[in-house]
Amino acid sequence: MMSAYLDFIRIRFLTMLAYRVNYYSGIVIYAINIGAYYFLWKAIFGSAETLQGFTLAQMTTYIAVSWMARAFYFNNLDREIANDIRDGSIAMQLIRPYSYLFVKMMQGLGEGLFRLILFMGPGLFIVCLLFPVKLPKDPSVWIIYFIMLMFSLFINSQLNILTGLAAFFVENNEGMMRMKRVLVDLFSGVLIPIAFFPGWLKSTMEWLPFQAITYLPSAVFTGRTPMSEAWGVLGLQALWFFILLVPIMFTWRAARKRLFVQGG
Amino acid sequence: MLYAVLFWEYIKNYAKTRLTYRADFWVEVLSDMMFQGMNLIFILVVFQHTPSLGGWTESEVVFVYGFFMIPYGIFSTFFGMWNFSERYIVKGEMDRILTRPAHNLFQVLLENVDPPSLIGSVVGAIIMAVCWNDLGLAFHWYYVLIMLLFVLGAVLVYAGIYTALSAISFFSDAPTGIVPLIYNVQNYGRYPVNIYNKTIRFVLTWLLPFAFVGVIPASYFLEKKADDLSQLAWFTPVMGIIVFSLGLAVWNYGVKRYRGAGS
Repeated sequence: MMSAYLDFIRIRFLTMLAYRVNYYSGIVIYAINIGAYYFLWKAIFGSAETLQGFTLAQMTTYIAVSWMARAFYFNNLDREIANDIRDGSIAMQLIRPYSYLFVKMMQGLGEGLFRLILFMGPGLFIVCLLFPVKLPKDPSVWIIYFIMLMFSLFINSQLNILTGLAAFFVENNEGMMRMKRVLVDLFSGVLIPIAFFPGWLKSTMEWLPFQAITYLPSAVFTGRTPMSEAWGVLGLQALWFFILLVPIMFTWRAARKRLFVQGG
Repeated sequence: MLYAVLFWEYIKNYAKTRLTYRADFWVEVLSDMMFQGMNLIFILVVFQHTPSLGGWTESEVVFVYGFFMIPYGIFSTFFGMWNFSERYIVKGEMDRILTRPAHNLFQVLLENVDPPSLIGSVVGAIIMAVCWNDLGLAFHWYYVLIMLLFVLGAVLVYAGIYTALSAISFFSDAPTGIVPLIYNVQNYGRYPVNIYNKTIRFVLTWLLPFAFVGVIPASYFLEKKADDLSQLAWFTPVMGIIVFSLGLAVWNYGVKRYRGAGS
C-alpha cells in the first residue's frame, strides 16, 4: 500500500517537471522580490550595527533564504482540494481505496521535491551571486536546516489542507484562501522577522504555528539562533505538526458527513 | 458620445452580474484590502526600529504609499486584463471583439472592468489626507488639480506598460510569464527610489517608469529632499502620454498582425 502512496510523489514530480519552464520566470520573480527587500532593509539599517539581534549580513541571508524556502514549501493544495469539492470529483476520490488527505500530502511532497531541486536550489545559487548572502559553513547547520524545511513544508501543507477543506462548509472559499496566503506570508516571517514585531504581536505569534514555517528555521540558518537551541526549534516544529493533525481530523470527519454532490 | 453610451451599458451589465453574488463581492474587497494592508504593516513595523528610510520619515513613506494606491486602484479598475492571452487569444474571443465597430482595446478593457478596486484608491486618498495633516503640509486649492493631473499620468504609465505586455500575446500565444515579472518590479515604485542602487534607479525612472506611479509625483507635495525628486514630478503626465502612446502603438500593430488561433 505504501508503494502506491510513494507513486503519488513520483507522479506529481513528473507532472511538475513537464511544466518546468513556468518556474524559470519564478526564479526571476523571487530574485526581484529579494532585491526589493534587500535594498529596503539596507536603508532600514542605515548606520545601525544590529537591529533586534540581526546584523545586516544576517538580514540579507535571512531574506534570501526565507524567500527561497517559500519557493520550496509553497503549494496550491488548498485550491486543489476546494476545486475537487466544488466540481464534485471528491466523490470519486472518496470511493477509492486510499486516504484522500494522505494522497494530497504525498502530492505536496512530490511538488516540494520538484521545487527543491529545480526552484529553490538554482534560485539560491543565483541569489548568492547577486546579493552578499553568507551561507553557513558548518555542515550540521545545513543538515538540521533541511530537516526543518521538511517540517515547514508539512506545516504549510497542513494549513493549506485545512483552508481547502473549508470549501465543504462555505460555498466559496476563494477569499479565505487569499486571506490565508496573506496571513502566512506576514506572520511566518518572510517579509518581516517575527523579532521585529511589536511586543504584544510577538508574544501572540509565539503561540501560533506560522513562525514554524519560515521564521524559526531561517533564524537558525542565519546564525541568529545558536545551534544549541536548534533542537528546541525542531521540537517545536514537530509539536505543531502533531497538533495540527487534530483539527484536520475533526474537519475531515465533519466534512464527510455533510457532503452531498450535486449531479457530477 | 457612442463610447460614453457603451461605457455606461458595460457598467450596467457588470453591476447586474455582480449583484447576483453579493457575498463574493465583499470578500473580494476585503481580501484586496488585506493584501494592501500587508505592505502598510511592513512600513509601520519597520519604522519602530528606525527613524528614517533613506532620509524619509515614517509619515512621508506612508504618504507615498497612499499616493501609490490611488492610481493603482484606478488602473486595476479599468485595465485589469490579466487573463488576456488565455481568454482572448487561446480561446479565440478576440475574433468576436474584432467583428464590432468600437475600438478593440476599449471593448476588451470594459469587458474586464473591476470597480471594487476603486475602494483601494479611496483608502489611499484617506491615508494621504491623514499624513498630510500629520506632516503639517501646506494645502492650496490648485493642489487638487495638480493631484488629478499626476494621478492621470501615473494611470497612463501603468496602462501603457500593461497594454504593451498584453499585446505580446498577439505575437506568441505561449505563456511568457513576463506579466507577473513586471508586476513584481512595480512594487519597487512604492518606496523612495533613492534607497536602490544607480542601475535600478535608472531602470525605474526611464525604462520601466514605475517611479512615476508613486514616489516622484508624491514627492511634489512633500518637503524637498537632497536629491530633489520633485523636480521630475512635472514629467509624470508627459511620461504617461509617452508610455501610453507606445503601448497603444504596440497593441494596434499586434491587432493588425493577429490571425486568430484557429479554434
